[in-house]
Amino acid sequence: MKITKAEVQHVAKLARLDVRTEEIERFADQIGTVLEYVDTLKEVHTEGVPATSHAITLTNAFREDVVQGQLNQEAALENAPEKSDGAFVVPKVL
Amino acid sequence: MNLHALTITEASGLLQNKEISSVELTGAVLQRIDQVDRKIKAFLTVDTEGAMEQAKEADKRLASGDAARLTGIPLGIKDLLCTKGLRTTCASKILESFIPPYDATVVTKLKKAGAVLIGKLNMDEFAMGSTTEHSGFQVTRNPWDLNRIPGGSSGGSAAAVAADMCLGSLGSDTGGSIRQPASHCGVVGIKPTYGRVSRYGLVAFASSLDQIGPLGKCVADCAIMLDAIAGHDPKDSTSVPKPVPLFADIEENGLADVVIGIPKEYSATKGIAPNVSERVEKAIQTIESLGARCIEVSLPHTDHSVAAYYVIAPSEASSNLARYDGVKYGFRDKEETDLHQMYRRTRSKGFGSEVQRRIILGTYALSAGYYDAYYGKASQIRTLIKQDFQKAFGRCDAILSPVAPTPAYPIGETLDDPLTMYMSDIFTLSANLAGIPGLSVPCGFSEDGLPIGLQLLGNHFNESMLFRIAHQYEKAAGIVGKRPSL
Repeated sequence: MKITKAEVQHVAKLARLDVRTEEIERFADQIGTVLEYVDTLKEVHTEGVPATSHAITLTNAFREDVVQGQLNQEAALENAPEKSDGAFVVPKVL
Repeated sequence: MNLHALTITEASGLLQNKEISSVELTGAVLQRIDQVDRKIKAFLTVDTEGAMEQAKEADKRLASGDAARLTGIPLGIKDLLCTKGLRTTCASKILESFIPPYDATVVTKLKKAGAVLIGKLNMDEFAMGSTTEHSGFQVTRNPWDLNRIPGGSSGGSAAAVAADMCLGSLGSDTGGSIRQPASHCGVVGIKPTYGRVSRYGLVAFASSLDQIGPLGKCVADCAIMLDAIAGHDPKDSTSVPKPVPLFADIEENGLADVVIGIPKEYSATKGIAPNVSERVEKAIQTIESLGARCIEVSLPHTDHSVAAYYVIAPSEASSNLARYDGVKYGFRDKEETDLHQMYRRTRSKGFGSEVQRRIILGTYALSAGYYDAYYGKASQIRTLIKQDFQKAFGRCDAILSPVAPTPAYPIGETLDDPLTMYMSDIFTLSANLAGIPGLSVPCGFSEDGLPIGLQLLGNHFNESMLFRIAHQYEKAAGIVGKRPSL
């Protein structure tokens, strides 16, 4: 197995996902198959090859630092699942 | 005259000559949606009222003589492009009730052109999938055979155009998500060069690969739509400040000076259906009869493109989708709990299986100890894939291939077999890795009457060449105007 159930559980935790026990096995299976296939990348000789993160390279897209088209507080909070006094409400942190 | 069956080119002429009004045209399209969308399920939201309002405005503009090519034309929008005041779900439960406070740049541009935005189209959740079965809300069906997938992820955008429920639509393409559904539904679709169209207001999947583009009933219609949406946008730092030619000005004088490359690795690919190879062979003959010269080219890293893509795309997705935390917008699990529990429950209930699978895959590929072996390696192979294309375009003007290895397959076939679904992207996803434009144009039908598409890939910023070849091919092959019976 390319990825164990424990690893899936660990990575799910890192990604803030609560994967159900019966899903973990299925994911380990499916992701394992994909990772096995991805391992074929090892066949390619890449020493000294630079990495590409963007196909079209642009350097420094600068613009003047001026305020424009900003959302007001009401619009910014419009879609919040819970809000109060102009702020987002979250469950207690501590 | 069936108004809903018109192309944009035809309807635009009739509108400008005042032979029809946008209110009539929009009414006909809304009626068509009412009649056939219960079978196809392409739309997630139909904005009947808003569309009729926009049609009235368009008619005023047409009367004043100040109209653009798209003024009064009803178009559909993939539901991952933000529309101010109109629900935008990305086909995900996590955004089920999201009402964007702003328009995507492409939406602003279409509104400025006077287009009528008729509604929002279904897709695979967060554009992750090749079948539109991975929508959080409904399965869209192929208008040519209701038991088959329309392709994906822009399956709603392709099916709606094929079924005459809009005259054209916008989709997005991260690994083939415009071209593959266009091919499966018998319509034309183009993924422009990366950076040609602003991504501002596009819900991000994999930011270095995503690109917005049009789907239409013919090549000329796609060129008209691309004219309206292309161009530099200061709001997207990856949009390219480069002059945009008039795409609708398509050269019609044969293809005598055109060299077409046929990649030898593509014909060696396993699993290409015989009827797909036959149709593509026939298309090559037609294109040669127009004067083009076909040569063999080589893209040696084709075999590794799917693997590289399925590291890079999920990695970027896992990072992009971190923003869905149940705090600022979208769904939140309301059970009494602490902050971290809330994040986890919200995300697990809000995201579907395919999205969670890709987040886990991407997080794994980026995690400590695996980064170099997966993301680092895949990014190097991306360089090699880009170089393969650069070499090939030193010898030819466009590269020709099938879009997908098979025609549309039955619904449910790859639902639990993601790798098989991923493998069907083999001909399309290299273009996203290399950032080059790609177009899909219908090239015939299988024995079962399913559409088959031909793909043309061009060098960076050379969309005009793709329009030129595809437009002349489409006319010579005489396959425009074939529509499914519904």
